[in-house]
Amino acid sequence: MSEQGEEMRTLEEQQEMEDKVISPEKAEEAKLKARYPHLGAKPGGSDFLRKRLQKGPKYFDSGDYNMAKAKMKNKQLPSAPTEKTEITGDHIPTPQDLPQRKTSIVASKLAV
Amino acid sequence: MAGPGGDMQWCFSQVKGAIDDDVAEADIISTVEFNHTGELLATGDKGGRVVIFQQEVENKNLPQFRSEYNVYSTFQSHEPEFDYLKSLEIEEKINKIRWLPQKNAAQFLLSTNDKTIKLWKISERDKRPEGYNLKEEDGRYRDPNTITALRVPVLIPMDLMVEASPRRVFSNAHTYHINSVSVNSDDETYLSADDLRINLWNLEITDRSFNIVDIKPANMEELTEVITAAEFHPHQCNTFVYSSSKGTIRLCDMRASALCDKHSKLFEEPENPSNRSFFSEIISSISDVKFSHNGRYLMTRDYLSVKIWDLNMENRPVETYQVHEYLRNKLCSLYENDCIFDKFECCWNGNDSVVMTGSYNNFFRMFERGQRRDATLEASRENSKPLQVLKPRKVCTGGKRKKDEISVDSLDFNKKILHTAWHPQDNIIAVATTNNLYIFQDKVN
Repeated sequence: MSEQGEEMRTLEEQQEMEDKVISPEKAEEAKLKARYPHLGAKPGGSDFLRKRLQKGPKYFDSGDYNMAKAKMKNKQLPSAPTEKTEITGDHIPTPQDLPQRKTSIVASKLAV
Repeated sequence: MAGPGGDMQWCFSQVKGAIDDDVAEADIISTVEFNHTGELLATGDKGGRVVIFQQEVENKNLPQFRSEYNVYSTFQSHEPEFDYLKSLEIEEKINKIRWLPQKNAAQFLLSTNDKTIKLWKISERDKRPEGYNLKEEDGRYRDPNTITALRVPVLIPMDLMVEASPRRVFSNAHTYHINSVSVNSDDETYLSADDLRINLWNLEITDRSFNIVDIKPANMEELTEVITAAEFHPHQCNTFVYSSSKGTIRLCDMRASALCDKHSKLFEEPENPSNRSFFSEIISSISDVKFSHNGRYLMTRDYLSVKIWDLNMENRPVETYQVHEYLRNKLCSLYENDCIFDKFECCWNGNDSVVMTGSYNNFFRMFERGQRRDATLEASRENSKPLQVLKPRKVCTGGKRKKDEISVDSLDFNKKILHTAWHPQDNIIAVATTNNLYIFQDKVN
């Protein structure tokens, strides 16, 4: 009896090993599930696709968007006027505080 | 490619772009496209700019040097916008550029970002009028009372000026993000495709567009697949295809009905259910679809392979080429760093005998269909001496790494070649790394 049990166990182990050998994908999947046990059962399902449909961060409104853009531009151009860099988060910005929407167009480096 | 017996060998020709490693996001190249003669090569970038290069006339005295591509025109095609209703940014990134066949002296191209398609006219001006009656040469108006005689203005030559002007703006037709535009062989219409819909436009009419495919489910909770790419057949103006995130391709005939939700043909390779894993659907998502020039075949690119389909056979591809099969063992980390979602494009050579696609570590792959030969080449500044022949590269998957091989774990996954283009007639290819454009040509023996 116990011999038969041992045989069955080794058969199962063999099947597992074969799975790993046949399908590297399944091995990778096991790794992923080990790291993220709460990962949804349906990977290609709605959540995943819906994230794709709405790409990019969502802003509160256009003022929020313009402030974020200004922050990014100020990071890239340290020569920007300093008054404008301080208008963040302390008070509601007025139109005069916001930088101009159209900035100088920088030519592509491919066109040099 | 670089085999014995005089096979095709690729040489470095030119590289465009900055050398420094600090890449500004705006400089990331997002599309590359030759025009129909191959004389012009257009690139689009994340900053919404288009740069067009023109092939200079060959120097007949030096036969070993091919013509070079030099800057012809550059312009800002799209600007960032803000969608006030959804509070979302509309990126200025140029997703696709498609050239129109040339009909007169000017060149036309369609460029698109996520929401708006624009038709640009690129025209040359090499003469200017001189000898106006009412204007001085500097533009100031003359007092008519001082004019005693009349003359006929003449056109005199001037330095070539290339002007780009937007002739049509096709907007407000896409709720989701545009991934493809394709000009029809009828020279009158074109299609634009977003994640869930495909629209048909007339090139002349901007305020009206016909929806020809709509896969949006009534209940968004039931969404299972999105459109990833679409293209018109090169000769049959009634036929187009679109690919999906589930790895299927649908061929539609616009003569069958106004709304082509029902496909005429469905190309799908059956999957072995025992092989199915968490990653199966993600890596089967088709990132690019291209008809062959002769219109008989379709090429699709999914994460790990390139497949060639015969339009007459729907149940499986006729050829499958592994681009980087060694990545199948790395899917977990590629999912974590989002690389598994990278969208690689693919292209045919002029006579449909070779296909090309990009990979990581600035490698790109070529598959010679008839010869069953393939090559891995690298676009890098280290191999950029004039006419330097590219050495084939090899990725080592096993334990023992040979000299000159690179191991999978040493690959740089930030250096991806997503966009490549092949000259329509000659063996000249354009390969885009993150922010540089490489031009290679085959060695003229």
